[in-house]
Amino acid sequence: MDAVMDAKPWSRDAMAARLARDVPEGWYVNLGIGIPTMVADHVPVEREVIFHSENGVLGMGPAPAPGEVDPWLINAGKKHVTLRTGGSYCHHADSFAMIRGGHLDLCVLGAFEVAANGDIANWATSENDTAPAVGGAMDLAAGAKRLWVIMEHTTKDGRPKLVERCGYPLTALAVVTRVYTNYAVLDVTERGFVVVDVVPGLSHEALQARTEARLHFA
Amino acid sequence: MIDKIVPTMDAALEGVVSGSTILVGGFGSVGQPNALIEALIGRGIRDLTIVANNSGGGEVGLAHLMECGCVRRLICSFPRASNSTVFQELYRAGKIELEIVPQGTMAERMRAAGAGVGAFYTPTSYGTKLAEGKETREIDGRMQVLEYALHGDVALVEAWRADRWGNLVFNKAGRNFNPVMAMAAKMTIVQTQHVVELGELDPEAIVTPGIFVDRVLHVPYGDPTG
Repeated sequence: MDAVMDAKPWSRDAMAARLARDVPEGWYVNLGIGIPTMVADHVPVEREVIFHSENGVLGMGPAPAPGEVDPWLINAGKKHVTLRTGGSYCHHADSFAMIRGGHLDLCVLGAFEVAANGDIANWATSENDTAPAVGGAMDLAAGAKRLWVIMEHTTKDGRPKLVERCGYPLTALAVVTRVYTNYAVLDVTERGFVVVDVVPGLSHEALQARTEARLHFA
Repeated sequence: MIDKIVPTMDAALEGVVSGSTILVGGFGSVGQPNALIEALIGRGIRDLTIVANNSGGGEVGLAHLMECGCVRRLICSFPRASNSTVFQELYRAGKIELEIVPQGTMAERMRAAGAGVGAFYTPTSYGTKLAEGKETREIDGRMQVLEYALHGDVALVEAWRADRWGNLVFNKAGRNFNPVMAMAAKMTIVQTQHVVELGELDPEAIVTPGIFVDRVLHVPYGDPTG
């Protein structure tokens, strides 16, 4: 536990920056609500990555400057955004054709749990949730060419979120290929989670202690 | 001469009856035909099935319609928002039925209805709670779920500009579900911010051709709020 205490976890901003490093120019990317949204702030404008919002915005730009809000231009999180030069609008069926037809290079989502086989649970925290809400999560998880998850390594009360099998209701089966947490970056492979990057000063044992699923080290 | 522009709300909503399935455009507060929705109230129309992405916010539009007891069932992808209190209370009290549909499946089910496709298979939701009881099948090495077309008796749509043939264009994110809902209903009723002369809309840029539209009402309300 001491090793964990010594190692300083990445901030949410640092996690988003770490993920953004791995997004090459030319990719079409959908970012989920929460930490995923912060990824866009870390892609330099000269690296042309095209952000998609499922409510029919392709080529989404950052939040508008104060006083320049267009009330007709929101993203999937219902926040005001801008459109980059070259951007376009489409209707919902076309927007989800982009998602479900495998045209997005990457989708980044948050999650409650990710399992060693790539299963993701991110839409409901119990079977009897009051008025469950799925939005586009299942379409994105099943449809994008790559699904990366960015999330805290454990819950606020220290429960592991990288698990052998998801306990919460599933969003999609065997789709996650990479996970970025505040302690590590992991690939999801046929062997399970393979650690590709760890915060400085954190031992393998200390990382495993915070993780339910068995970790493999490259 | 074809003229789909109607002069009054009464003319726009004529023939909308209890028990109908009504497709309601909008995503968040943008592109919602709130004037048409509000006008359904007080006409004795009840037991509606509403298909909409969200469950309404505050006490206007969809939320108001539900509060007045006009809605029996909601088909929806995301009925949760900080201000969706009307729906949440009705749901908890067991006074409204809810069918949760993944957003893309919802859009595609309506596109299918509009295009004469009876049903389709999709990988979305396979292996999840939302696929329980549905037929599945392996196609191209991947398990997929059978989803049926979703038809509306009526679609309520908000457009930015419309002409008397019912050709429509939309405003930015205000497009959302509106074009696909216009395709999927027997009767499509549009409220539009602007009415333009026939020929003013660029034929290359018309988003919804008038064949999908039955009635157009001029409602220049300004910008969405919230």
